[in-house]
Amino acid sequence: MTLVCVNNVHKAFGDLQVLKGIDLNVAQGEVVAIIGRSGSGKSTLLRCLNQLEQHDSGEITIAEQQLDAGSMSPKELSENVGMVFQSFNLFPHKTVGDNVCLAPVVVRGEARADVEKVAREVLDKVGLADKYDAYPAQLSGGQQQRVAIARALAMRPKVLLCDEVTSALDPELVGEVLRVLEALAAEGMTLILVTHEMGFARDVADRVVFMHQGRIHEEGEPAELFSNPKTPELKQFISAVL
Amino acid sequence: MIEFTLWDIVRNLLLAARWTVVLSLIAFVGGATVGLVLTFMRLSSRRWLQRFTSLYVDLFQGTPLLMQLFLIFFGAAAMGHPISAWWAASIALTLFTSAFLCDIWRGCLEAVAKGQWHAARVLGMNYFQTMRHVILPQALQLSIPPTVGFSVQVIKGTALASIIGFVELTKAGTMLNNATFEPFTIFTLVALFYFALCYPLSCYARHLEKKLYDAGLR
Amino acid sequence: MGPTLDFLTLLPYVSELVKGLTTTVVLTVVTTLTGLGLAVAVAYLRVNGQPWMRWGLGGYVEVTRNTPFIVQLFFIFFGLPGLGIKIDAITAAFIAMTLNLAAYSAEILRAGISATAKGQLEAARALGMSTLQSYRHVVLVPAFARVYPSLISQAIIVMLGSAVVSQISVFDLTYAANFIQSRNFRSFEVYLLITLVYLLLAFGMRRAFMLVGKRVFAYQQGEQR
Repeated sequence: MTLVCVNNVHKAFGDLQVLKGIDLNVAQGEVVAIIGRSGSGKSTLLRCLNQLEQHDSGEITIAEQQLDAGSMSPKELSENVGMVFQSFNLFPHKTVGDNVCLAPVVVRGEARADVEKVAREVLDKVGLADKYDAYPAQLSGGQQQRVAIARALAMRPKVLLCDEVTSALDPELVGEVLRVLEALAAEGMTLILVTHEMGFARDVADRVVFMHQGRIHEEGEPAELFSNPKTPELKQFISAVL
Repeated sequence: MIEFTLWDIVRNLLLAARWTVVLSLIAFVGGATVGLVLTFMRLSSRRWLQRFTSLYVDLFQGTPLLMQLFLIFFGAAAMGHPISAWWAASIALTLFTSAFLCDIWRGCLEAVAKGQWHAARVLGMNYFQTMRHVILPQALQLSIPPTVGFSVQVIKGTALASIIGFVELTKAGTMLNNATFEPFTIFTLVALFYFALCYPLSCYARHLEKKLYDAGLR
Repeated sequence: MGPTLDFLTLLPYVSELVKGLTTTVVLTVVTTLTGLGLAVAVAYLRVNGQPWMRWGLGGYVEVTRNTPFIVQLFFIFFGLPGLGIKIDAITAAFIAMTLNLAAYSAEILRAGISATAKGQLEAARALGMSTLQSYRHVVLVPAFARVYPSLISQAIIVMLGSAVVSQISVFDLTYAANFIQSRNFRSFEVYLLITLVYLLLAFGMRRAFMLVGKRVFAYQQGEQR
């Protein structure tokens, strides 16, 4: 079943065309890695998927609901799409537990006790059950990012967007975050990741999408794509990053 | 001429200092109240409310406090409703304080990282939920040190009320000087009194600022 | 009976207004320069001076920041003669404004220096510069650029605060206003007009500072893209 459907999407910032007609379908349970140089439009595409940016033209459908300006409230959107940011964006004034519980309680109006149970489960899943009462500032970057993943999961989204989630981390902390994502993928979570971790894209993704100058330049199975790039741009990109 | 001992001078200044404190409290409490209203007006999505508040802030920050004081004091009289120096000073200082606090608080709200809005948004929170649970608590924490710091400016600002005849610390100083002709002693003492009022607040503000910094919030 | 505004009665006093305006502008320009100059020295010595000097300057900065300007002015004009130091009004105003601006600006600059300094100082030292040389050539300009907006605001605050020098009979804008309203009894109109002049001065000062800043800190424009 197709969960996310992107059809001929354009987006410009002023005179700068950032997305020049994107077509992308993501099936339930699929893991899609989006790669490409900075400025190729990959983060913008991701941000269009949850309306942090509003696309100019084209269609985006998520779980068969069309996404236009104001067609879905943030609340409805959050039931479908979760997001993890490069800079974590944890709420610094709330404990780890409260970070996870806040939205289900406030947005969904779920009972605090039930939510706390869910919070402990998702924190356990990311390996941080013992940090329930810690504040974000007391955690390492890798731990903070795992909390951010748990926070997104507590909303039980149908698809999780990950925007360069390891780019702000020290190299030794990247692994712990990627392992969490790998476990989620194995459970059948639908993931769309913008990433610079080529090894991860190759090993975990079902499909890799290479963006170049606002277009999807090449896409395919990771093994095939990395070993047999068809376009010179992808060849050059791969040789530059590997 | 009556002889003034040092103790007489100190005692009289102490008595006058009460009015400096009272006027400061009025200005601060009044200014905070008006400032809070202004801050929310500033946050409103109505264009004219935003314009009004930024004009208000610019006017009070771009003109001398002394002129604000004169305009209210003499303005009220010119309109046929003379008011006492008490009222004029209270009103002028309240308005002056509100403009600066509004500006400080708006800065604190804007200082909360953009990513916090995004994070709340993708978790499904609407504007008010985000404000209430994510932005305001953080802005409040950020706002305490500069607000305490500004209270020092309010106390110093009350000295200008002396010019329209309100008897507080500075006015008492000039009056005592006229009676004793010991200007050096008197103005040293007046300065010391202000210092004793302001310096602890300055230190406290700095301490709070450092605490925020150490907590990684600034 | 509606209150009426009558600005025409101000017309005979144009020369007083000009005189007051000139005094305020000259005082402001001069004390901005001397104040900022002194601030650089104070900021430098508060970081690099002898312990007693750091302590003394720290005391000066704290006392100035925690007492009202009008009291500083009175202390200099009325208080110091008590010690036999006689100063005329305009000089007292000049000293008070300079010392006031310098104390605040030194603190602002110090923050700018400590935010810029470490790596830059180390680089300068590695190139064999002395502390003074590295400040002069390496640290000062970026520090100034970093805190320039705060310095502008502070200089404007001192300009607006200078309204108080009228209280020791310096013929500034406010003094002119007091003078005129004591003759034409139109206090509200006079003060309204003078307030507007101050507002324009503050506005003009900000513009002038920004123009200067654009020239002096031109190297930043590439950085800001």
